[in-house]
Parts: sequence; C-alpha cells; structure tokens
Amino acid sequence: MIEIRDLSKEFVLHNQGGAVIPVMAGGSLSVAPGECVALVGASGAGKSTLMRMIYGNYLANGGSILVGDVDLARAEPREILALRREVLGYVSQFLRVVPRVPTLDVVAEPLLNVGVGVEEAHERARDLLGRLNIPERLWALSPTTFSGGEQQRVNIARGFAHAFPAMLLDEPTASLDAKNREVVLGLIEEAKARGAAIIGIFHDKAARERVCDREVDVTGFAPKAVA
Amino acid sequence: MSEAYNFAYLDEQTKRMIRRAILKGLAIPGYQVPFASREMPMPYGWGTGGVQVSAAVLTPEDTMKVIDQGADDTTNAVSIRKFFQKTAGVAVTERTSDADVIQTRHRIPEEPLREDQILVYQVPIPEPLRFLEPRETETRKMHALEEYGLMHVKLYEDISRNGAISTAYAYPVKVEGRYVMDPSPIPKFDNPKLEMAAIQLFGAGREQRIYALPPYTKAVSLDFEDYPFEASKADHACDLCGCDTSYLDEVIVDDAGGRMFVCSDTDFCRGRRAEGHIGAQGAPFEEDAA
Amino acid sequence: MTPLLKVNNLSKFYGNRIGCNDVSFDLYPGEVMGIVGESGSGKSTLLNCLAGRLEPDAGEVLFHTRADGLRDTVTMSEPERRMLGRTDWAFVHQHARDGLRMGVSAGGNVGERLMAVGARNYGDIRAKAIDWLERVEIAEDRVDDRPSAFSGGMQQRLQIARNLVTGPRLVFMDEPTGGLDVSVQARLLDLLRGLVREMGLSAIIVTHDLAVVRLLADRLMVMKSGHVVESGLTDQVLDDPQHGYTQLLVSSVLQV
Repeated sequence: MIEIRDLSKEFVLHNQGGAVIPVMAGGSLSVAPGECVALVGASGAGKSTLMRMIYGNYLANGGSILVGDVDLARAEPREILALRREVLGYVSQFLRVVPRVPTLDVVAEPLLNVGVGVEEAHERARDLLGRLNIPERLWALSPTTFSGGEQQRVNIARGFAHAFPAMLLDEPTASLDAKNREVVLGLIEEAKARGAAIIGIFHDKAARERVCDREVDVTGFAPKAVA
Repeated sequence: MSEAYNFAYLDEQTKRMIRRAILKGLAIPGYQVPFASREMPMPYGWGTGGVQVSAAVLTPEDTMKVIDQGADDTTNAVSIRKFFQKTAGVAVTERTSDADVIQTRHRIPEEPLREDQILVYQVPIPEPLRFLEPRETETRKMHALEEYGLMHVKLYEDISRNGAISTAYAYPVKVEGRYVMDPSPIPKFDNPKLEMAAIQLFGAGREQRIYALPPYTKAVSLDFEDYPFEASKADHACDLCGCDTSYLDEVIVDDAGGRMFVCSDTDFCRGRRAEGHIGAQGAPFEEDAA
Repeated sequence: MTPLLKVNNLSKFYGNRIGCNDVSFDLYPGEVMGIVGESGSGKSTLLNCLAGRLEPDAGEVLFHTRADGLRDTVTMSEPERRMLGRTDWAFVHQHARDGLRMGVSAGGNVGERLMAVGARNYGDIRAKAIDWLERVEIAEDRVDDRPSAFSGGMQQRLQIARNLVTGPRLVFMDEPTGGLDVSVQARLLDLLRGLVREMGLSAIIVTHDLAVVRLLADRLMVMKSGHVVESGLTDQVLDDPQHGYTQLLVSSVLQV
C-alpha cells in the first residue's frame, strides 16, 4: 500500500547564506495493507520529516513515495489533495482548525469531504467522540478552547472518522490517560483489521509493541556524509 | 413675429444638427442620441431641450400647442408659447386636435393624437439607469449590452419598501424589446398611451440628449410577474366634467380640507363641458368662462 | 478531468514596470488557490487580469464555459465576458462597499444578479434573497435594510451572498478578510469553507495573510515583483518553502 524507494531530502536555507542541510538519503520502506509499521530512532533522526514527506507536506528531492498508485514525490497538488481526501489519513500531534467551528463538525468534516451525507457523518462523529470520552456538552463548542488532551482526542476522532486505506499516526497516544489510550489503540487495531496500512511514531513502547508489526529505524536513512 | 430673430430662434445650422439627432433617434427608437445643446434664453429645467426640438421641427405653417402638467395656462406653458409666437410667428392653439406640434411637460393629452401630429417632451433626466448607476460610461455600456437587470432592482426596492411599485411617474419602458427608456416624468397613467399614431420626440437640454418613438412603436412598462404594471389614477371622476377615465389633479379649495379633483388636461375638460358633461361640482359650460 | 481555468503565459505591464509576468497555471473544479505576496507583488494585477477587469498585454485566460468548452476570456467579446461576470464568475472585493450597492437594500443587492439574468418574479427573488441571507448568517428581518446599516463583517457576508446567488463556478476574492476583526475573520473563513464545499466552487484568493490561505486554500502561488516564484500544495509551500523569498515570507509571520 505504501512503497518508499530511495528517498532523499535536503533543506536549503536561502536566507542563511544558502546553507544546504541534507536530512535523508536512500530512504526505503514498504507497508502492506493491514500492517502497522513503527518509525523509531533518536529524536531528530527524521521520523517526523519522513512522515511529512509521505503526507506530501515536505517536498522530496529524490526517490519515490507511492501511496496506492500516486507518487507523492511527483504528484500535482490536486492529486495529493484527492489522495488525502480519500486514501491517506494523518493524525498529527496538533489540532489545526478554523476557530468557531463546533467539535462535531470538525470531526465530521473528513466524511463530508468524501461525500457522506450530513446525518450519517454526524452519527459517526458522535460515536467517535463518545468512545473517546469527550463530554457531549462540549460537542457544540469549538475545540480551540479545549485542554491539550481533549484537543488530541478530537484530533484522533477526526483522523479516524473516514476509513482511510493508509494512515500516518504521529504520537497518537501521547498525553492520553490509560482509559483513552486503550480506546485509541483499539481504533488502530480496528483500522488494521479492515486492512489499513499504517505508519506511526510511538514513544510509548508498550503501545508500539501491541499494535505494530515491525519497527523501522530511520537512523538508517540518514545521509552518509553528515552522519 | 420679431424680425430680429431667425425663424424659431435657432440658426439653420443648429436646427439641421438637431434634426439629424432626431432622425437618428427615430431610426433607433429609445436610444439616447447626444446633441450639442445650445444655450437658450430660459433656464435649464424650463424646457430648453423640448424648445430646441420644437424649434427644429416647426415650419411657418404649423400650429403649436404648449402644455405643462396638462394645462395650457401655467407659467411654463405660457412663456414657451409666447417664445414661439415671438421668434417663429407660428399660430398657436389650446385645442389638441388643431395642433401640429405639441410641446408638453409631464403629460400626454387625453385625446388620441393623429399620424400628422408631433408630440415634443421636455425631459429633465433622460437616463433611466441613473438612479442606481451614476457613471455615464457604465450606463452607456449597459444600454449597449442590454444589461437592464438594474432597472428591476429599482422596482424591487419600491415593492420591498412600499408593498407595491410606487414609482408613479417617469416609469421606465422597454422600447421595441430593446432599449429601456425614461418616458420623462409623465404619470404612469400615461404610459399605455406611449404607443400612439403621432411621432414622439424627447429633448433633454441640460443633459444634451434627444430620443424618439416613431408612430406605433411598442413601449412596454417594466414590471414583475407577480406585481404587474398598473396605470393608476385617483379613484374619482372629474368634478367639473364628470369624466372618470381621465388623469386628475387634486385641488385644495379652502383651508378646511375642501378639495376637488379636476382633469389635468384642461383642453380635454373644456371640450367635455362644451359637449354638456357636468361633474359633481361643475357649472354648465359658458364660452370663455375659464 | 478538464481544468476550469487554464492560464497561459499571462503578462501585464504598466509602461516598463511589470504588473505580472509570464504566469501560467491550471485550476480544476473544486480547487481553491491562494495567491500570496507582499503589496506590489502583482497579485492584485494578476487577479484583475484573470477576472476580466484588466486587459493583459499577453497570454491567455481560458475558462471552461458551459456551452463551448475552453474559451479565451481575453479575446472573447465584452458582452460575453460581462455575462460570465454575472453568471459563472463572482468577484468579492476587499472593501464591501466596492462590491455592494450601498443605496439598495440587502434583498435588492442579493436579487440584482438574479434580475440581471432575467428573474422577473418578485416573490421568488425575495425568497431566494432571504434564503441566501440566512446562509451567510444575516437575519431575515434585515432583508430591507441598507448595507450602510450593517457592520463590516455583515457587509462582507452580504457581498458574498450577492455574488453566490447565481451559483457561480469560479469566485475571485481580493483580500476577503482584510480589514475585519480577527473574530469576524474566523467566522467568514468558516462560512467560505462551507460554501466552497457545498457548492463545489473553485476560487482564487488573493491575500497577504498566510493564516487565511492555510485554512482556505488547497494550493498556493507565491508572487514577488510580478513573477510567480513558487507554487504547490498550500501546506507544503508554507511548511517546506523552497524559494528564498517564500522562506523569508513564512519566517516573517508573527507567532501568536
């Protein structure tokens, strides 16, 4: 489902004397449907950079990133957008939403984007918010005012609303209590069971061992010259 | 006629220029033709446009009639009539049927006009779109491209504010399915009469525009399907001649609320009284009683 | 899929100063594209050339018309272009008073486009106007009020209603949230996002506010001195800018 070959990336800082910072070379990775792969490596090794490149958020300098049949290293913006809408989900560490939009609508939006009716989308959103223990009285409020943990759970609910065939999870269990952590791990297992290919970053070792089938150390993708 | 003036005051070149504008206006009904309006010996707003058009179409053999709000005896009508008596020496009349050229301000005579007559209107603001669009460049473009949605915005505003189309005069018409035209500030009661046998010429002196309706030209008053055009008038009969189909003026007769409704067309009213019609407050007709 | 708008090598010069130079891009149905850059970068010039409000000196602006497919709006006749301006296109000005008739009621403002395309039933026009006022969160009882009695945010929402009532396919927006309070901006952005999704609109938004494009735009074009220096997916351009100018622009935003 996700096929990464010979990926390389460098940052060029034009306003700092054109400094070139290579961050990745020869990155390769393959994830099958129903498989969950954990990215590991020391902080700063490039886990988040790789995730962002897979999501099309960072531009790849070389190699290919196939998700389904779309190569994110080469795709047009609209192809990437369609992929993100239909195929590739991303649960980031931070919730980024339009202020003032009610939580229920924030969670339902990915479903509306793929053409699900409002009623059905809200039903699914209510179900997820309930499972993630967001009190119902908050559903009509904007999540921008919520606590960090609540925001993270709203973010997860939004990420899991649509059944994406491929998912990227960036620290999905961070800052969650035991009960909610359990719910999130359950959601991941359900996604695997329906055949989603998942790449995740988990600092939580127990969680990693429970849901992940393999670990990939991104330190191996570091450019040789600098490492 | 004063020998000091060229016939009908204007010089021949000017009259030719105006006639060319009139011919163009007749060729493109409802289209506003720019013309080089002259200074006239009367202030703007007193009918300088109409006077120039009349001067351009008058011949020495013509008989002329001038009305203001339907009446032959108001200041504006009297001074314009005297102007042409003095500068053109033409015969004048108050009888609609005897006139060859009728210059009017704000009315169409009640009596149907004939093919051999010319009705000249005095126009203050020729541009029907001006109310909502102040830019001349833009209104010209709108006419050119037949973009007349704005005209209905004005009528929409009328209904939303008053519950009905309250525009009572200068009610816009669409001419031959093409140009939207301001019929000058005639009451909308007169709008149906715009489709007539006589030639109608419109002159706006200050705004330097001439436009025209050839005989039997179609002029449709704009409206909405659910708020159709109505040619309304006061719901009375004339108190002098008893006519219940003519356009009426309301006249306050004392300081105790007394009032009467009389035909705005004085010649029409006199004609009816001469035939023996008597209204609620009318007296039997006597020659020269007025 | 055919693009809704296909722009080829568009240039506009003011004497020997560059307005915009050699701009090309495709915009697909449902896409929202942001154009960012500092004042004088040519983004408004570009927008006005695209929307037929300014005549470019070179290049093509091909719009996918309903009847005849791709047509160059630069060379098409003025009546056709103005017709597009009343039907398939919409233009939202930064200052609502440039896009509204201040002397006409809210209902009349919304109804104008309907009447311009031949609506002649007062009841229908009014009902549609009220429906649209509600969609932009203006209460029905304000339908007969003039825009001069509205707040800045309401005026802007009225302008949007007035533009969208004929169901356009392409909306041009020039700093639509400029000059509004941040809280009002957020409400407007939310409204725009909803309308874009519901109506399947394509939009081109000119702004210098990077937060606005991040929330509204799928794609981004960065302009500097009349040239497009970078373009791509909005979050990619903002998070991993490639051009020096974009890097400067992104790093210059004050963090809240």
